Amino acid sequence: MTDAVVAPTERAGSGTSYLPWITTPLLVVACLAIWHFYTKFSGISPFVLPSPSAVWHVWMGMLASPRAWSHTLTTVYSTLLGFFFGLVVGVTLGLILGRIRWLELTLNPFIVATQVVPKVALIPLFVVWFGFGMTSKVLVAAVLSFFPILTNTVLGVKSVEAGHRDVMTSLNASRFQAFAQLDFRNALPYIITGMEVGIVLAIIGTIVGEYLGGSAGLGYMLVSEMNAYQTDGLFAVIIHMTILGFVFYFATGLLRRFVIPWHQSAEV
Amino acid sequence: MFVAEKEPAAMIQHAAPAPIIRLSGVSKWYGTRDEPVHALEATNLDIADGELLVLLGPSGCGKTTMLRMIGGLLDPTEGRIEISGKDLWIAGRRQGETVSELGMVFQEANLFPWLSIEDNIALPLKLRGVPKKQRYRRAHELMELVKITGFEKRWPKELSGGMRQRAAIARALSYDPKILLMDEPFGALDAMTRDSMNLELQRIWQETGKTIIVVTHSITEAAFLADRIVLLSPRPGRIDSVYDVGFPRPRGLDVQSMPEFQALVKTLRHRLAEVS
Repeated sequence: MTDAVVAPTERAGSGTSYLPWITTPLLVVACLAIWHFYTKFSGISPFVLPSPSAVWHVWMGMLASPRAWSHTLTTVYSTLLGFFFGLVVGVTLGLILGRIRWLELTLNPFIVATQVVPKVALIPLFVVWFGFGMTSKVLVAAVLSFFPILTNTVLGVKSVEAGHRDVMTSLNASRFQAFAQLDFRNALPYIITGMEVGIVLAIIGTIVGEYLGGSAGLGYMLVSEMNAYQTDGLFAVIIHMTILGFVFYFATGLLRRFVIPWHQSAEV
Repeated sequence: MFVAEKEPAAMIQHAAPAPIIRLSGVSKWYGTRDEPVHALEATNLDIADGELLVLLGPSGCGKTTMLRMIGGLLDPTEGRIEISGKDLWIAGRRQGETVSELGMVFQEANLFPWLSIEDNIALPLKLRGVPKKQRYRRAHELMELVKITGFEKRWPKELSGGMRQRAAIARALSYDPKILLMDEPFGALDAMTRDSMNLELQRIWQETGKTIIVVTHSITEAAFLADRIVLLSPRPGRIDSVYDVGFPRPRGLDVQSMPEFQALVKTLRHRLAEVS
């Protein structure tokens, strides 16, 4: 019998997958060292470039202050809520447009139009319409994260293999069954890719929204530090935001392991 | 001695009044009004219950078109297809109830990569609303029949091509259709796996008593498997000739070294060369 189980295909070079675990900390330490010695020996003003240790102290202070945490929570909340709306609308619309060609052709110019408008330019408008509160930020986050999720979902539905469709047809599956068992399942890896891009855009949208017209959140904190000429504080907020971005990005990526364990992308 | 020399009684059985599949004047045109392609000329064909029929022909002869029309994937331009006496196509619409008499296997296994092997095999039953316990019991029975027990929880990508095709056969059998339609089912497999799969198919056919139609362009595969070979010719696709194949069952691979087998292969090869 020539039939045999084949091992799951190993990715080429999987033996080097531990590499980033060594190189990343080394590179971070190297950058910090350069930064440290530059501020120490160049005589640069701390208003232009504070030393890493100064930034560290301010950041530790931030982590200990309830005020910073309340701003962080505001940003997290706006980002996630906006992302959620972008996700629901993007996936729903994407699943529909992926299946209905004429509707896609009809709506496509408008969808593209909403994307080529620099959305950051819409923020003042949103502030005028929805005020300085959270609503305008949630909206910006939603609009920004919506597009990559939509386009990826459409792609996911369109990339259903003809052979898989034949199977559903020959099994006499209803339209809904074919949709739930085939179109949606096939689109999931694409949706998650769209989510990874979308979540990062949602954070950017929220922070820029807070920055331009807000009274709370990390974007607002950034502006206050700037206005107070607290450059070290500015750096601390940026680091804070970066870490937040990482957390969101990896949380989304982690979905692969649980939602699409069958897909190659979950094996990393 | 086994070929085309069947007793008249057996011939009459084949032409018995109630064929399980009947094609009457079935034809297919593809494409636009400007440049239509005649894929299949008006075709009549009766297929008997329990028969293993092979559609053999070069590419473009309409064999896959014919199979896809019988399978309900393609609507005939003209003519009638009856399954157990019931129309498959009425006014260009597939009759769902009739389709459920048919199971299809394609050249690619077409298993869904997001379902485990047992879930793939049980999928047709899930679509029919069969309770979970029952459908897994059925899936495990079938896995035993096609000899892939032990791979229940595996992803399709973890199996070899031959095993995936076994799973695809199990899936097509899950809802117990009377007819199995196979479109070049082993065309993507290597020669050795292909031989063993042909033996397996014969065994499954004998154990289940299904009516099976296999599309192939392999002459030896056709001669090895078939009760009857329908040879098609291209441009436009049509039935060229029909051969009864009477080698005793179960056939081993050694049947291929019989002079009668080789004579049949030779006849088929010459005829195919003439019509291609």
